[in-house]
Amino acid sequence: MAYLEVRNIRKSFGSTEVLKGIDFDLKQGEVLSIIGSSGSGKTTLLRCLNYLETADEGQVSLNGDVIFDANTIKQESSDQIRTRRLNFGMVFQQFNLFPQYTALENVMLAPNQVVPSILKAKKAEFKIQYEDLPFIERTRTINREVRKYRKYLLDNNKEMAKELLTRVGLHDKMGNYPCELSGGQCQRVAIARALAMRPNILCFDEPTSALDPELTGEVLKVIRELKETTNSTMIIVTHEMEFAKHVSDKVIFMANGVVEEAGTPKQVFDHPKSEKTVAFLKKAVEDTEYEEIGAVDNV
Amino acid sequence: MSFANVTLELLSGFGMTCLLFILTLAFALPLGLIICFGSMTKFKPVRYIVRGFVWIIRGTPLMLQLFVVFYVPGMVFNTPIFAPFGDYGRFVAALIAFVINYACYFSEIYRGGIESISKGQYEAGQVLGMTKGQIFFKIVLKQVIKNIVPPMSNEIITLVKDTSLARVIAVADIIFKAEEILSLKALIWPLFYAGAFYLIFNGLLTLLFRRTEKSLSYFHS
Repeated sequence: MAYLEVRNIRKSFGSTEVLKGIDFDLKQGEVLSIIGSSGSGKTTLLRCLNYLETADEGQVSLNGDVIFDANTIKQESSDQIRTRRLNFGMVFQQFNLFPQYTALENVMLAPNQVVPSILKAKKAEFKIQYEDLPFIERTRTINREVRKYRKYLLDNNKEMAKELLTRVGLHDKMGNYPCELSGGQCQRVAIARALAMRPNILCFDEPTSALDPELTGEVLKVIRELKETTNSTMIIVTHEMEFAKHVSDKVIFMANGVVEEAGTPKQVFDHPKSEKTVAFLKKAVEDTEYEEIGAVDNV
Repeated sequence: MSFANVTLELLSGFGMTCLLFILTLAFALPLGLIICFGSMTKFKPVRYIVRGFVWIIRGTPLMLQLFVVFYVPGMVFNTPIFAPFGDYGRFVAALIAFVINYACYFSEIYRGGIESISKGQYEAGQVLGMTKGQIFFKIVLKQVIKNIVPPMSNEIITLVKDTSLARVIAVADIIFKAEEILSLKALIWPLFYAGAFYLIFNGLLTLLFRRTEKSLSYFHS
């Protein structure tokens, strides 16, 4: 049984059917690249996995548990969805960093929001632990212990955030605000931020499309390192064909809302079966060459 | 009438002006937020009613609204409803009219501020597992405040000057006092002198707003 199983995902916006029954499997530690022309439904598929869009039909299961079912999703509370959402991390095309926070604060923000609920549970534990103490002393002890634990949690989150930012090569930019960072640096902060909630699967929605060409390299390098060092399971929607070819274990080519072709990078890029794939890849190569000629001209 | 006497007389009127200004602000700022949420709710009947109300208030002169608040309730219920406030009855009527009027303007400023926040900010919070409340208070609010400071300062400065309209229902503000001197003592300069009070007050407010803007200038949304 595969780690992630996506079955028959369908999604329409009005009368336009954007996803016409998507199926795929993913093993733990695998990297999946989704390629295809604009409007083929790649981003919508990713957004459906993250519950940013609700699929009209279909099922998603992770590790054997059904985490999305179009038939029952309406009955679920927002809290349930919120918890399940944490299975997936998401890195956006436009970064969507929080502008009023520094790089470090951006990474810490979400983990810190969980602290109060952890403390509440811990307080209940302390109450039992110090049951025998007289009332006033008990209250005092519990409050002291809770404060200590709170500091411990917050320090922990800070350490983790620093570690993550170091991992993406930004140890010297922790105190900077997003407006003081380059696009590539912003996207790396966004990756660290997504990792902070320890997602099982990390999703990238065209992570380099909003970047200047000379900045895409640093972001792709971080993604590659993630694969090599932490063996993370990742789904990457991308237009970077070379990158998709080298980093992924599996490639899906989408066209008009269906999976036109799926397989290993070798199968899809070197021996495509579908004519649409052939045409798409040919065009992608031409575009890259054109860009390169353009770049020479600009010099 | 000496300069000192005129100053004292105008100061007493200016006290009324300041009181009307501060109380209007204190009530209209939160009420505006409630109206703003009403005009943005997904529940259509409430949204239409609230937007219709805002349209009426913004579409008619404030001076007219002052008359309506002061006279109409008494006519409808056939009893002077501002009587219990004694000398302050007129002031209370003016305050109500100002609060309603300014809350509607503020609500539109809030709405513009909230709608200016990109969807991506909400989505980024959502995928990180944050609740709606956390997203609003920890992510959106500060960006909204930054965005609304310039239009808010405009509106608040306008409010300082608009308080002079309250004299149409005989609230004794600074212009009312100056006009009184004009008609009783045939002196016109106190009226111009009154303008200096507004100018200084608005000057101080402008400095305050500039400082607020500066304190939020460390980030760009």
